[in-house]
Order: sequence, then C-alpha cells, then structure tokens
Amino acid sequence: MRTPIAWFVMLSGILFALGSLGVLIRRNALLIFMSVELQLNAVNLALVAFARMHNALDGQVLAFFSMVVAAAEVVVGLAIIVAVYRRRQTVDVDDARELRW
Amino acid sequence: MSADQLVFWIFAPIAVAGAIGMLLSRNAVHAALFLVVNLFCIAVMYLLLEAPFLFAVQIIVYAGAIMVLFLFVIMLLGVDRGDDLREPLIGQRPLAVILAAAFVVEIAVAVRAGIGFATMAPEGFDAVNRDGNARALARVLFREYFLPFEVTSLLLIVAAVAAMVLAHRRARAVTQAELERLGLLEPPREEAPSP
Repeated sequence: MRTPIAWFVMLSGILFALGSLGVLIRRNALLIFMSVELQLNAVNLALVAFARMHNALDGQVLAFFSMVVAAAEVVVGLAIIVAVYRRRQTVDVDDARELRW
Repeated sequence: MSADQLVFWIFAPIAVAGAIGMLLSRNAVHAALFLVVNLFCIAVMYLLLEAPFLFAVQIIVYAGAIMVLFLFVIMLLGVDRGDDLREPLIGQRPLAVILAAAFVVEIAVAVRAGIGFATMAPEGFDAVNRDGNARALARVLFREYFLPFEVTSLLLIVAAVAAMVLAHRRARAVTQAELERLGLLEPPREEAPSP
C-alpha cells in the first residue's frame, strides 16, 4: 500500500536529467520540444509526490496549472516551428541561428 | 514487497526506457511514440500517488491532445530524414551526458539529506481526498486558486490567437491578368458594333 516518496522524486530527477540531455544534444527543433515536454512532466511528478507527502492538494493544483501552461506553450512553440519551416525548409536549430530571415 | 511497490518497479523502468528511446531514436515519429509510452507511465505514477484526476488529465491532455498535435506537425513538415550526426561543438555531447549524470547524483544526495530514502507517504490522504479526488481538487481550485484559474483562460485565448497569427500564411494578391491566363475569368468582351 505504501511507497517511499523518495522513489518518485528520484524517478522525476532521472526523467528531468534525460529531458535536459535531449535539449542539449538533439538538433531537430521538434525533438528539442519533446524533451522540454519530458522535463515539464518530470517536474509535475515531483509536485504530485510532494503533495502526497504533505497530505495537501496544493501540489496537485500546481501540477494542473503547469499542464495548462504546457498546452499553451506547445501550441505557440509548434506554430513558431511551422513558421520557421515555411521560411527556411528546415527544422534544424543550427540552420536558424541568425535572428533575421 | 507490497502491490504498490511492485507497480512502481514495473512502470518506472518503462518510463526511463521510453525517455531513453526518445533520446536515441533518429526518426521523429518514433521519438513521439516513445514519449507517449513515457507519459502513460507517469500517469500510472499519479495513480499510485492517489491523484486519479491528474491521471485522467495526463492521459487526455498529454498523451491525447498534445502528442496528436506533435504527430500532426511532424507529418505536416514531412520530417523523415534523421538528424545529421556531425558535432558542431567538439566534446559537447560527452559533456552533456556527464552533466546529466551529475544532476541525478545531486538529486540523490539532496533527497537523502532532505527526506531520506525510507520515508513512507503518510497516512490520512483519504481524509484530504474525501468525496473523491476530483471534488476535493475542485474545492481547492475554485476557492484558494480561483484568480489563477481565471487568468489561465486569458492565457489560453492568447495562445490560440498567437498560433493563428504565427501560422497564418498571407495570401498573395492575384491580378486580373493571371486569372485570365488561367481561364478562370472571361476576357472583357468588346462592345458589339451597332449597325
């Protein structure tokens, strides 16, 4: 019935590290974006775990808000990626390093 | 080992494997599917942490809506070639791996110092979750967090408008001569000579 809270926090830390690894080593903008999603999810898991530890629901509410913000962020980010692709025919972030066209 | 711990040890390795698969796959579609596996495993973790409402939201919003959006954009852009594997910065990737490993060690040390690896979740969450998790969450959300909840709706509207503005393709003006060349428009006919 009962699981140590630290296991969930460790799992969350490992997933966050893997997500930041993805942001650092991948160069496809879509894959970088997916890695950011992974990081957000890892943080959500930690929030829910701490909510369970403190017997309070505030962590769950915060995780809920973070999901909403993530949804909005995905919409805007993917629109930017589509706009960059239209102009340059690439999603490689190294090809889009100048800030002008 | 209790049932909860067994479920944790089944799904936690799958979650990590999904994340690693996403990192290593060359094809963007495969990466998206690995991420879906990972999101499902995190949803199971929410169930273990007695947050069934977030479990449902995770599956509907993340695994459903967000990943479908991702797959839609991948298909739209037709990204079927993999990343090229040249390293623009020498030693960046090994350094990134070392930093990620250091981060995990750091979290482990912090957790050990902070809450300890053996601290069990306390009893009494049933009292917090009385009348069901969704109702208890609504009670908190619509009282203490009502203003942030309303601001959220503003954020969603801004995001929707931003997506339309960014992804909108402006139509080029079409001249009458082009329409005539395409045969879509009758050429202006001359006045019939009156007798």
